Amino acid sequence: MLEITDLHVYYGGIHAIKGISMKVEEGRIISLIGANGAGKSTTLRTICGLKEATKGSIKYEDAELTKLDTSEIVKRGITMVPEGRRIFPNLTTYENLVAGAYLRKDKEEMRKDLEYIYGLFPVLKERETQRAGTLSGGEQQMLAIGRALMSKPKLLLFDEPSLGLAPVLVKEVFQMIRRIHNDGVTILLVEQNAYEALKLCDYGYVLETGSIVLQGTGKELLEDERVKKAYLGG
Amino acid sequence: MGWSLFMQHLVNAISLGFVFGLVAVGYALVYGVVKLVNFAHGDVFMMAAYFMFYASVLFGFPWLAAVIFGVVMTALLGVGIEKVAYRPLRKYPRINSLVSSIGMSFLLQNFAVVVFGGIQRSFPVPEMMRKTIILGEVRIQAVSIYTIVFSILMVLLLTFILQKTKIGLAMRILSTDFDTARLMGINVDNTISFTFALGSALAAVSAVFYALRYPQIFPFMGQYPGSRAFIAAVVGGIGSIKGALIGGFLLGMLTVLLPAAFPEYSGYREALIFALLVIVLVFKPNGLFGQEAGEKA
Ligand SMILES: Nc1ncnc2c1ncn2[C@@H]1O[C@H](COP(=O)(O)OP(=O)(O)O)[C@@H](O)[C@H]1O
Ligand SMILES: [Mg+2]
Repeated sequence: MLEITDLHVYYGGIHAIKGISMKVEEGRIISLIGANGAGKSTTLRTICGLKEATKGSIKYEDAELTKLDTSEIVKRGITMVPEGRRIFPNLTTYENLVAGAYLRKDKEEMRKDLEYIYGLFPVLKERETQRAGTLSGGEQQMLAIGRALMSKPKLLLFDEPSLGLAPVLVKEVFQMIRRIHNDGVTILLVEQNAYEALKLCDYGYVLETGSIVLQGTGKELLEDERVKKAYLGG
Repeated sequence: MGWSLFMQHLVNAISLGFVFGLVAVGYALVYGVVKLVNFAHGDVFMMAAYFMFYASVLFGFPWLAAVIFGVVMTALLGVGIEKVAYRPLRKYPRINSLVSSIGMSFLLQNFAVVVFGGIQRSFPVPEMMRKTIILGEVRIQAVSIYTIVFSILMVLLLTFILQKTKIGLAMRILSTDFDTARLMGINVDNTISFTFALGSALAAVSAVFYALRYPQIFPFMGQYPGSRAFIAAVVGGIGSIKGALIGGFLLGMLTVLLPAAFPEYSGYREALIFALLVIVLVFKPNGLFGQEAGEKA
């Protein structure tokens, strides 16, 4: 579905991504783990076209994403739940969800998707007319996920969805990701919470200062000594 | 001051307040979306008056057609200014665009002097705008009523665009976060162009009513209403549409009512107005409707 080959990304003189290659097959949950500053967000932002690649390719279905604008990429069925949620605080919960469907014209289907999202997160329905800035951290994360789902993605990128959430909410977010996956969405999950991410995923990659240093099934990585030492606290 | 005189001044003050308010909304719209104080806005206002003047006097357009032509041309001018003077600087610190907008202001003024000439021209005032409406003892200029009615219509239209249309949603989203706006599939460049078109069109509408009030137009005519509107936008809370309107209103009121109430001090009008505004800002540093710095996530 998505294939990244020898991708290089720079911020001015900083070489943030140093030739990574990875694959996301349809119907899978893939996770990308790594420490702070490893280049996880940069990878996701480059897939979405928010950051330009210097070299390499990102193939998605028949398209070369490095040549497309973000709106073209979203139209093809990719979107992201960004790091830090980035909900629109001055808009209502409902308007935030509508914003997620900005490119869509199928009103009937949109209404169904909205119902689906309210089914996943009933609290969003309760908060429908409330300014999103007044929602709690957990509610904002649900809103960010709901907003992303409103674009009807085939591939959904998550950038550290558990960041800053209480442990009970972290569990809930990971359950929700599984549920969305079961409903037919392919997932690329970036996390610092390596244990939960690896438990959830089919296949994982470990990123270290811009390079992929390890890869394998979630089970393999969980048992890998190096992963245990560096990311699982023992 | 008698009751009837007070009513006359009040209507006059409200209509001037709307003129300042609509210009201030232009500052607020642009600031809200791109965080730029567009110092050329007052000169865009001036250009609107000239577009209408030439359409009417030189090309012989009927008055209403000249006005519509002027509004459209001004909207296009606003879009063009953004493309040429601000867009290339968007990735640099904001101060660069600010300096560019000051340069654009001088450029437009000098362009007007060279091309339109430095002398004052008479803006065409149609018969229906010259009328005085007499209600008992109260005499009201028809143009004041037209100003108020059309300004209210403009405010309603603007509210509708911002709250009920897709492009309005895009504008409100852009005011918080460009990258996440892109993720929604919003075309950032087009939305910014539309914002400049809208702000400039509002400046053009207020220019019509300003020029009907003070029918001598000249290349520097934008400076006074422009700076007034800028102050109005700051007092209202820069970036807030409601604040800009209310700030404009306040300024219009003060400008007309202060000298009317205290004619012996009318020479101090500017000083009094600014003293009051400074007091407002001392107590509300973000303006009346400005966002607290911490409120934006
Ligand atoms: N906007 C930016 N400007 C300059 N350097 C950046 C920027 N964003 C990220 N970086 C650098 O790129 C590297 C990777 O960052 P990032 O992708 O955010 O890592 P992660 O998401 O894994 O924490 C880091 O060294 C970071 O300092
Ligand atoms: Mg990150």
